[in-house]
Amino acid sequence: MNDVISESQRPKGLAIFHIDTPLLLGLLALMGFGLMVLYSASGQSQAMMQAQLVRLGVALAVMIIFAQISPQTFKRWGLPLFVVGLLMLVAVLLVGEVGKGAQRWLNLGFIRFQPSEIMKIAVPLAIAWFISSHSLPPKLWRLLVGFVMCLIPTLLIAKQPDLGTALLIATSGIMVLFLAGMSWRLIALIATLISALLPVMWFFVMHEYQKRRVLTFLNPETDPLGAGYHIIQSKIAIGSGGLQGKGWLQGTQSQLEFLPERHTDFIFSVLSEEFGLMGVTVLISLYLFVIGRCLLIATRAQDNFSKLVAGSVTMTFFVYIFVNIGMVSGLLPVVGVPLPLISYGGTSMVTLLAAFGILMSIGTHKRMLAS
Amino acid sequence: MRRQREAIQDYAAEAQLFKRRALVAFSLVVLAFLLIFFNMYHLQVRSYYEYQTRSEGNRIKVVPVAPNRGLIYDRNGILLAENTPVHSLEIIPEQVRNLEETLTALAELIEISPEQKQSFLQDVRRQRRFHSIALKEQLTEQEVAILAVNQHRFPGVTLEARLSRTYPFGDLFTHAIGYIGRINSNDLQRLREQELAANYAASRNIGKIGLERYYEQLLHGTVGYQEVEVNNRGRVIRTLRSEPAISGKDLILSLDVGLQLTAQQALEGLRGAVVALDPRSGAVLALYSNPGYDPNLFVHGISSRDYNALLNSRDRPLINRVTQGIYAPASTIKPHLALAGLDRGFITPSHRIWDPGYYQLPNYSRRFRNWRRHGQGWVNVYGALIQSNDTYFYDMAVRMGIDTINDAMTAFGFGQRTGIDIHEESAAIMPSRGWKQARFNEPWFVGDTVSLGIGQSYWTATPLQLATTTAVLVNRGDAIVPQLLQASRLGEQLNPVEHQRHQAVTVQDANHWQVILDAMEQTISTPEGTAFRAFRNAAYTSGGKTGTAQVVSIAQDAEYDADALYERHRDNALYVGYAPAQDPTIVVAVVVENTGGGGSTAAPIARQLFDYYFSAGVNQ
Repeated sequence: MNDVISESQRPKGLAIFHIDTPLLLGLLALMGFGLMVLYSASGQSQAMMQAQLVRLGVALAVMIIFAQISPQTFKRWGLPLFVVGLLMLVAVLLVGEVGKGAQRWLNLGFIRFQPSEIMKIAVPLAIAWFISSHSLPPKLWRLLVGFVMCLIPTLLIAKQPDLGTALLIATSGIMVLFLAGMSWRLIALIATLISALLPVMWFFVMHEYQKRRVLTFLNPETDPLGAGYHIIQSKIAIGSGGLQGKGWLQGTQSQLEFLPERHTDFIFSVLSEEFGLMGVTVLISLYLFVIGRCLLIATRAQDNFSKLVAGSVTMTFFVYIFVNIGMVSGLLPVVGVPLPLISYGGTSMVTLLAAFGILMSIGTHKRMLAS
Repeated sequence: MRRQREAIQDYAAEAQLFKRRALVAFSLVVLAFLLIFFNMYHLQVRSYYEYQTRSEGNRIKVVPVAPNRGLIYDRNGILLAENTPVHSLEIIPEQVRNLEETLTALAELIEISPEQKQSFLQDVRRQRRFHSIALKEQLTEQEVAILAVNQHRFPGVTLEARLSRTYPFGDLFTHAIGYIGRINSNDLQRLREQELAANYAASRNIGKIGLERYYEQLLHGTVGYQEVEVNNRGRVIRTLRSEPAISGKDLILSLDVGLQLTAQQALEGLRGAVVALDPRSGAVLALYSNPGYDPNLFVHGISSRDYNALLNSRDRPLINRVTQGIYAPASTIKPHLALAGLDRGFITPSHRIWDPGYYQLPNYSRRFRNWRRHGQGWVNVYGALIQSNDTYFYDMAVRMGIDTINDAMTAFGFGQRTGIDIHEESAAIMPSRGWKQARFNEPWFVGDTVSLGIGQSYWTATPLQLATTTAVLVNRGDAIVPQLLQASRLGEQLNPVEHQRHQAVTVQDANHWQVILDAMEQTISTPEGTAFRAFRNAAYTSGGKTGTAQVVSIAQDAEYDADALYERHRDNALYVGYAPAQDPTIVVAVVVENTGGGGSTAAPIARQLFDYYFSAGVNQ
């Protein structure tokens, strides 16, 4: 903590506006790269570019607004937001609107949105609030309560069904517990339990399409024209990119539309095809930089709540990246998770940057307090 | 104070704990990113060539390009089979704003039947949205004009011109040229067996019968290829490389349109066949079978109603009577028999018999009648041929015996395919002891031999065989293979066919040929000759032989009364002839079904052909 105190009393540069400059630069670099890839992936669609620019602008604004709010306010909001979100999730299951084969949308008359997006923020806030109200590491019963707080929304979202978001929300909750110091013995125990539960999940919980995704993942070549098509085409796109790539706008797999969902979930394949392993390395490095910066903010945070929230949000960001890249390159089954900051898409981008706003708030407000 | 210190210690421990956990988390992230990196390395560097190949395979498609089919000309360069543009109205659904409205508007301009509309809408559902789908095919010129003027009103609606086979002379050449039709599963099977399927990758049609089938390989040409880049739905984005198709060879036939028309007019309203060939080479000058049918019907797929009408017609228009019509040759084979009789010593030029009007086998009561009831009296080989005496040939045939007759007539080419360049050909029947045993499980009776003398009983021949065997006579022993093709042509390069000629009949005394040819010439030049009236005042010399074949046998002692007989039981009329008498350049065979005498019906038709042949200067 000494280094923080030894820093200048007055915040420098953008820190006045509660902006973390290195993090902002990292995010902007990723967005810039993302826009470049999207221009190619969208088939040079001006309309898509404009929509994405507007979305990025809105998301950045939300980030800046969130950065102005002090961590203490977030701590107070945590539980109410969680409860409201939970009620909405139940409402979705009862009266929600169907889109793309899943019941995810809630129509409030003036706005149509996915309550699961609220939960991406609410779950880490609420669990971190609950865990940090007592000293770390938390007692077993607190861990259990925290676990249940994470399990309920996860199951509700998985039931919509939206496996990708459920996975992210589970991650955000469990990461809080892990960072809070949950014992390794317990972790080992849970790991064992989960592997025992997997067959139960397979037979009683998972939907037919989810099972198919897993089977296709295990051997995509068995169904080259059906479910395996996406993975095969994606791997061809990535592999044929080689070391240097085919060049911007020159990817045949993407430009000739062999690649499915090329501007959303499979945008990484477009990047790999056109920019090759070199482009991939640049992207991964940028991500690693952002994650490293965020974890630094987390460790430097002043109180446990801030640390846990910052750490959890960062690790959720990481899971986004890993699941998406793992999915399109054939390491993981196909789960609908976008590549953060790169994929074309609205709601999740705003939620993501709101989370970065919270991180910036944590990173900058503690200095104000220290002064 | 102590509490406070504990709190501070707790705080420090908590910070330490979180730092450790964050470090573990960060290590996890680095590990995961390394995993991603190595997986990418594996895909993009180590497996690069595999994926590179698969990516190329994805985007590059090879599209075959159909060659233009060779054209067919007659000997004077008149087009007999051509490729004409046929216009069709096609629509690309993707480019049409409102399909239903467009269809309604189009229906106001040209007639579109409900069937056409229905089949179009069916195709729209089946095909890709960017594929052009035909709404109406074979547009008339008027329809093309109307649509061309209004085309600007209909985006996505196009007038497509495709080359389609057309036979401008309709039924005139059907039995020679045949027609092409859609490649069916049988054709495909055959192409695969001959390893030609690749060459037909872009072709829709194939020769079905006639020359179109026989010379399919010459006419078809060689398929070309276009290497194109396609997107995931198969839409062509651009052409990368192309190998043009090589057109098929044009065929130049020895047939003559004028001679063919003469044959058609002569057979108007009759069932029959006419064939004319050059005895020196075997080049076929005319080949016509009546009734015929329009081959253009078959090119775009004949309707089952039209096809059944052709198939079930009593006149059998689908049969090529020239090569598939099997007729008793009747007296037309008497010259051939006489030659064999002379050469093998059964008769001499001066040998004569007494004709009482009938022939009777020793110890048999049955009388084989001469067509001239009261007989001809003393008759030698000249008189027997000129007046077509039956009694003379009954007697000679019995003395020759079946084995000698079979041997001698087989040498002329009876009972065998002539080898003409179309596949639709019958060998007809030159009977023998073995043949009768196999066919009827009966021995050969001497009574069977009697009728062979006048080309009846089991003996049959096609009109083409009558022509080729007559060519052997005028060639004094040399046989030819009839050929419709004169030359094939690719660009400027002309490839004439080689005519085949070989000695088929050898004789002891070459003068015997002259005896037969003299008799045949006198058949038309002397007033007693059976073809004298048909060839009176001809501007050229010629020779020939008439034939009148019984279709049903007539009871002993009954009169042949043509009017009393059912039309299809009336006699067939036949004629074989050649001209000029010296060094003939044309041989004609004519068969007319159920019309009676060869001299009165068939010979005049042959004369019309000769008249045209000499006046128009065909083959000279």
